[in-house]
Amino acid sequence: MTTLAATETHTVRVRLNGRAVEGRATPRMLLTDFLRHELHATGTHVGCEHGVCGACTIRIDGALARSCLAYAVQVDGATIETVESLAPERGRLSVLQTAFQRHHALQCGFCTAGILMSLDTLLGAEPDAGEDRIREVLAGHLCRCTGYQPIIRAALDAAARLREGDADA
Amino acid sequence: MKPAPFDYLRADDISAALSALHDAGEDARVLAGGQSLGAMLNMRLAKPSLLIDIMHIEALGAIREEKAALVIPACVTQEALLRRSDLHPLLAKALPWTGHVQTRARGTVCGSIAHADPSAELPLCLALLGGEVSIRSRRKRRTVQAADFFRGMMLTDLRPGEMIEAVRIPLARKNQRFAFTEIGRRHGDFAIVAVAAMREGDTLRLTVGGVNDTPAIREWATLDTADIPDALNDLAWSLDARDDLHATARYRRDLMRNLGRIVIEEVSS
Ligand SMILES: Cc1cc2nc3c(=O)[nH]c(=O)nc-3n(C[C@@H](O)[C@H](O)[C@H](O)COP(=O)(O)OP(=O)(O)OC[C@H]3O[C@@H](n4cnc5c(N)ncnc54)[C@H](O)[C@@H]3O)c2cc1C
Ligand code: FES
Ligand code: FES
Repeated sequence: MTTLAATETHTVRVRLNGRAVEGRATPRMLLTDFLRHELHATGTHVGCEHGVCGACTIRIDGALARSCLAYAVQVDGATIETVESLAPERGRLSVLQTAFQRHHALQCGFCTAGILMSLDTLLGAEPDAGEDRIREVLAGHLCRCTGYQPIIRAALDAAARLREGDADA
Repeated sequence: MKPAPFDYLRADDISAALSALHDAGEDARVLAGGQSLGAMLNMRLAKPSLLIDIMHIEALGAIREEKAALVIPACVTQEALLRRSDLHPLLAKALPWTGHVQTRARGTVCGSIAHADPSAELPLCLALLGGEVSIRSRRKRRTVQAADFFRGMMLTDLRPGEMIEAVRIPLARKNQRFAFTEIGRRHGDFAIVAVAAMREGDTLRLTVGGVNDTPAIREWATLDTADIPDALNDLAWSLDARDDLHATARYRRDLMRNLGRIVIEEVSS
């Protein structure tokens, strides 16, 4: 157990969306910057950098997290999932992503990466989640242009299709 | 919005964390869920030279019951507590108000107590229930009652070199009834005013958050229904309600009277 010096860069190894990857970070490097600038995974967006907007939401070891409130060195050895993990393969979107498209649940898309991660986590853990739960989870996100109604419609639609086992929506 | 440089130590066990805290003194900060500290560092409201990450200390990971109390060690997240099947009825009511699903997944119970935000729900619950804070430094252990732990706005009884090892919350007894409610701008935002109540026989206990710098506690041995409005009005005026960006003092007093009535009715019905 050693102290990582502020002025030096340190190797950080993570499993990012199923792949073992590594990068270098000083202790103060935000996980958002590590993902985007070191690992070049730019799907995760950065809005406020103090935990309020939700744009940077990802999963660390299976649990939701604001990546702007974590430092890269904290996640050394962890499993990270970002919005890039959602599509089952190149050129195909997940059921939830397709529902977003169908219901026009995004305009500029700035907030979308984080919202998708939160809703994907919710529907994975609680397939029967209804509108109340969806609203509760959405409260952790700010969307400044789409408005929340289409997002809620998309989430409810995705939930229904996932329950019917419609993997290819 | 990037923090000032700091050294980082991932502590494997509590003694390593406490030694590092001892050696670095006031320059070090414990890093738990980072849901408050991260924002303070990123905004440079705090510039510690060393962060001691305690979240990999296995011995502090599991909730246990001990002597009629729930013992919640430092690494337990708010989400883990909320998922507990036989959760204390007051915590089951108050925890869903603490931040969002996304912040509860990493934010810890002890971190919220240590942070001591005047609007935070967990300090309010700890004060209402007469909980205790178990504190440790390299050489000493001590226990502080909730009422003595909170000293001011984001100010606690913790001294340099000390950390919270766990908080202890007395288990609910059958003859106790609890209620909680708050008003904020949006669900999950910090409360403008939060109120928690407990009734045990004729005794009624109320705590108010978001008004004074620390949770305000009032207890009535008996309180007739007819006297409730006056009692709540006295309470509202006795506290230090101030105007700020979020609400006027007058609105805060109004909320205390109304939310107070709601929780008292709930525990009395
Ligand atoms: C968008 C958003 C909304 C929020 N809304 C609410 C809300 O409505 N209500 C609410 O109560 N909170 C709210 N919070 C804050 C809450 O999520 C934090 O979890 C909590 O305040 C701190 O817990 P933490 O584990 O994240 O601690 P950290 O952020 O890691 O630490 C906070 C402080 O406590 C100290 N500390 C932590 N653990 C210990 C310990 N064991 N011993 C000694 N010192 C310790 C740290 O050094 C630091 O000073 C919100 C946060 C965000 C980002
Ligand atoms: S960028 Fe992380 S919550 Fe806004
Ligand atoms: S789609 Fe633009 S902020 Fe949400």
